[in-house]
Amino acid sequence: MTTRTSAWEKALRYLLMLGVLAVTVGPFLWQLSTSLKSTTEDIYAYPPNLLPEQPTLDNYAGVADIIPVWRYALNSLQVAAANVVTNVVGASLAGYALARLRFRGRRIAGLAFVAALLVPLESIVIAQFTMMRDLQLNDTLIAVVLPGAIGALNVLLMRNAFANLPYEIEEAAVIDGANVWQRFVRVALPSVRGTLAVVAIFAFMGAWDDFLWPLIVLSDSDNFTLTVGLNFLHGTFQQNPRLVAAGTVIAVAPLLVMFACLQRYFFRGVGEGAVKG
Amino acid sequence: MDRHSRRPASRARTHRAVSPWLFLLPGLGIVAAFNLYPFLTTVHKAFTDARTLTPGTWVGLRNFQDMLEDEQFWVALRNSGLYVLLVVPFTVLLPLLLALLVHKQLPGVTFFRSAFYTPVVASVVVVALIWGWMLDDRGLLNGILRFLGAGPVAFLGDEWLLLLSAMALTVWRGLGYYMIIYLAALANVPRELHEAAAVDGAGALRRFVSVTVPAVRSTMVLVGALSSVSAFKVFAEVHLLAGPTGGPAGQDTTLVMLVQRTGTGLNGRVGYASALSLVVFTIALLLMLLVLRADRKEDR
Repeated sequence: MTTRTSAWEKALRYLLMLGVLAVTVGPFLWQLSTSLKSTTEDIYAYPPNLLPEQPTLDNYAGVADIIPVWRYALNSLQVAAANVVTNVVGASLAGYALARLRFRGRRIAGLAFVAALLVPLESIVIAQFTMMRDLQLNDTLIAVVLPGAIGALNVLLMRNAFANLPYEIEEAAVIDGANVWQRFVRVALPSVRGTLAVVAIFAFMGAWDDFLWPLIVLSDSDNFTLTVGLNFLHGTFQQNPRLVAAGTVIAVAPLLVMFACLQRYFFRGVGEGAVKG
Repeated sequence: MDRHSRRPASRARTHRAVSPWLFLLPGLGIVAAFNLYPFLTTVHKAFTDARTLTPGTWVGLRNFQDMLEDEQFWVALRNSGLYVLLVVPFTVLLPLLLALLVHKQLPGVTFFRSAFYTPVVASVVVVALIWGWMLDDRGLLNGILRFLGAGPVAFLGDEWLLLLSAMALTVWRGLGYYMIIYLAALANVPRELHEAAAVDGAGALRRFVSVTVPAVRSTMVLVGALSSVSAFKVFAEVHLLAGPTGGPAGQDTTLVMLVQRTGTGLNGRVGYASALSLVVFTIALLLMLLVLRADRKEDR
């Protein structure tokens, strides 16, 4: 431990890591494999065939025949993109005010966000549902976006990020006569890009993966997001696991690609954010 | 223009008082409208007999009395409670061990870290569908069991096995997420502590108990608080594995599933579902306070 890792310890560590890899990633690979198996192949074979005998993309076309999976993906994409924009803009504006501006009522405004954080979304979904119906927004994608449009946690994350900036960086701008808006856009915002990226990734993932709220607020199957649509696929066509597998691969692939590209930001921010938040 | 130059100080003051609120407006508006206000209406509706299409009238504590006699409520409370009891110890301990495994800088370790995070990135619906297929009577796990000479296990047919499967899924999904939190905490543990203990001849287990655990204890409490609240609110895993009706005879229903089932639909009992929501809120808050309090006591 003191100077270098012994060969035994190294071997043991890699062995354990490979074991955990099999447990965490294995199920996804198994699903991918199932989705590529043709209808002539026995997917219940014993012992299980880990690799498809003759890989085929037929199941991907098949799942699109049964549910409008691309339409659902587009719905999910719209919801997730909107969620990213509203969260990044709204949370950075509010976070900046809480961290860097002096005004009466600042403490109460901060408390409002903390209070919102303490209310589990699961315990207000019925009230939100009733509210959307009264606003005649239920069964629209707008209703899916609105409750999480600006997350209290994101506001507090941005507040922490702005609060950690040294005051000197804004002082020069103040002397130059820059107003609040100019200081925010030109000086403060570029300095918190890392946290902004984390908020953006979380907003995208949160919206893309959300299940309970879209399940409650959406009723017309044309408006389903991917998660709700897949649930439907699961219920109706359980008999053909190949199609279900193809659907899940379609739902998970874009996220995994995005995650692989942005994981550097992610790992830096998730730990920080979780501990601070 | 003239007036502007005559009273710059006053204008600046107004500007300074107003502009912070312009910055706050979108965030505060959304949070007030879609988080805080619905919470207040939930509290109000909990004491009414509101239905989906009727606002309802004040009925006092009747919803809560009905709850005491509702068999499904007790089943759901039991399941959500069991979920906390069985899931939390594993989500506190396993991710810590995992973090220790990938904490050391070895070639390729960043790859393993991101790979372990995969289940967190994937939507719970996707994950539950994958597990449903693996746990199927003829699925991969039973294939492996048969290979080992054990009979097929009806993971999704028995109410208890189903609940345990959902719990295992929850633990599995949380591994990567809590691992990251622990990694951040481990980064702050001074290396010298370990080295000193190693020089004193402490073995790996001894170092874990007397150096690592005390150093990350507050993080363990945080993970305990976060995971107990989220375990208590479990919805998707059980809903997807057991189906909307909650498994055999509804025996796998959880509290949030009950809220969703009773409160939605054309004839949803909004008042009763709101009362259930208040119970969810109260217990979640108590769990959080309980765990955080336990932490403070130990500090003294």
